[in-house]
Amino acid sequence: MARYDRAITVFSPDGHLFQVEYALEAVRKGNAAVGVRGTDNIVLGVEKKSTVKLQDSRSVRKIVSLDDHIALACAGLKADARVLINRARIECQSHRLTVEDPVTVEYITRYIAGLQQKYTQSGGVRPFGLSTLIVGFDPYTGVPSLYLTDPSGTFSAWKANATGRNSNSMREYLEKNYKETSGQETIKLAIRALLEVVESGGKNIEVAVMTKDGLKQLDEAEIDAIVAEIEAEKAAAEAAKKAPAAKET
Amino acid sequence: MECVFGMVGKGFALVVADSSAVNSILVHKSNEDKIMVLDSHKLMGASGEAGDRAQFTEYVQKNVALYHYRNNIPLTTKAAANFMRGELATALRKNPYMVNIMLAGYDEETGPSLYFIDYIATLHKVEKAAFGYGSYFALSMMDRHYHPNMTIDEAIKLADQCIEEIRSRLVVAPQNFIIKIVDQDGAREHSWRRTTKD
Repeated sequence: MARYDRAITVFSPDGHLFQVEYALEAVRKGNAAVGVRGTDNIVLGVEKKSTVKLQDSRSVRKIVSLDDHIALACAGLKADARVLINRARIECQSHRLTVEDPVTVEYITRYIAGLQQKYTQSGGVRPFGLSTLIVGFDPYTGVPSLYLTDPSGTFSAWKANATGRNSNSMREYLEKNYKETSGQETIKLAIRALLEVVESGGKNIEVAVMTKDGLKQLDEAEIDAIVAEIEAEKAAAEAAKKAPAAKET
Repeated sequence: MECVFGMVGKGFALVVADSSAVNSILVHKSNEDKIMVLDSHKLMGASGEAGDRAQFTEYVQKNVALYHYRNNIPLTTKAAANFMRGELATALRKNPYMVNIMLAGYDEETGPSLYFIDYIATLHKVEKAAFGYGSYFALSMMDRHYHPNMTIDEAIKLADQCIEEIRSRLVVAPQNFIIKIVDQDGAREHSWRRTTKD
């Protein structure tokens, strides 16, 4: 009897929803994604697997716009992501049509999470296999927000978070090193967190920055420049560590 | 008594609309903006039933925006015009929208264009067009004075001549007009022609 719990989303005898937990496993296998909230911007960074040489990389955008002031990055099943993103985009426009106002970040996050939850409580369907990082500025208060949803349909706001492959390492790094930043510092913090688990280099990371003026995707050259800065800072820190130690001996 | 007319010039397209909101003999307001900015490079002047006008134009605007988010590329003016025509045609035999649309747009590849879309889903790509009772005067004026590749000043002068004709010859002429223009720098309001302040 216990085997039947695995096929559809019903409770197991010990209170688990196995399908949802397996969906979370799918997320853990997906590419690393990180989001960091600054005082005047929010930065999203996603790992790009560089094994696909013949692929036209322009067709694979991992950080997408849902509306002028909302962007999304995800980890997990990309096909599921396409469906969810499409529904979210329609909802953004539908909201504008019915109430003549753009969505708040919380509203659209609640909508996406609600959709993910619905698929954990329906017959014959499986949950969406992805977690999303949703960022944006509230159109009325101008406050930046970062939200995370997961396949179970829960969501919450974060100062910084990571999902996907090795998200625990990234989260640990962020917990240790997070502080209120703005502008370029926030971008550096996000990339530093990502570099904990991803091979260094502009062609392995995709970074986008959401400011009050909209979403800006950083191109490879810009990312390479920032990565170089970070490496230089790291080298300087290493040298500084060695120098006093040498003095002591 | 609503008048909407438009014309294509050298590298731009112009749409002029009256700005009266009328219910039988009462003028609700005379500064109603009937030319909607559909996206960065498209203008949509609409006349007809006020409720249908708002409903239809807003619906089209949101769908054009959705297309942009989905495909990372904006709709061409021609595509938007055909989309509108399709929606009007589908609704025609069930629950028709009583809206006439003048769609002006600027595309990188094809330059400025103007589309005449009727409430019964007629679609024509034109150089100049007009709706309403004012069309009797505006079209005649444009037939006489319009020529291809007009400069902005020439086009505004022609628009002014049309407005003057409408004001002097139409029995219930609208008080104010709004002029909007779209060119490679985008769609924007150009100016107003007022006889009353609202």
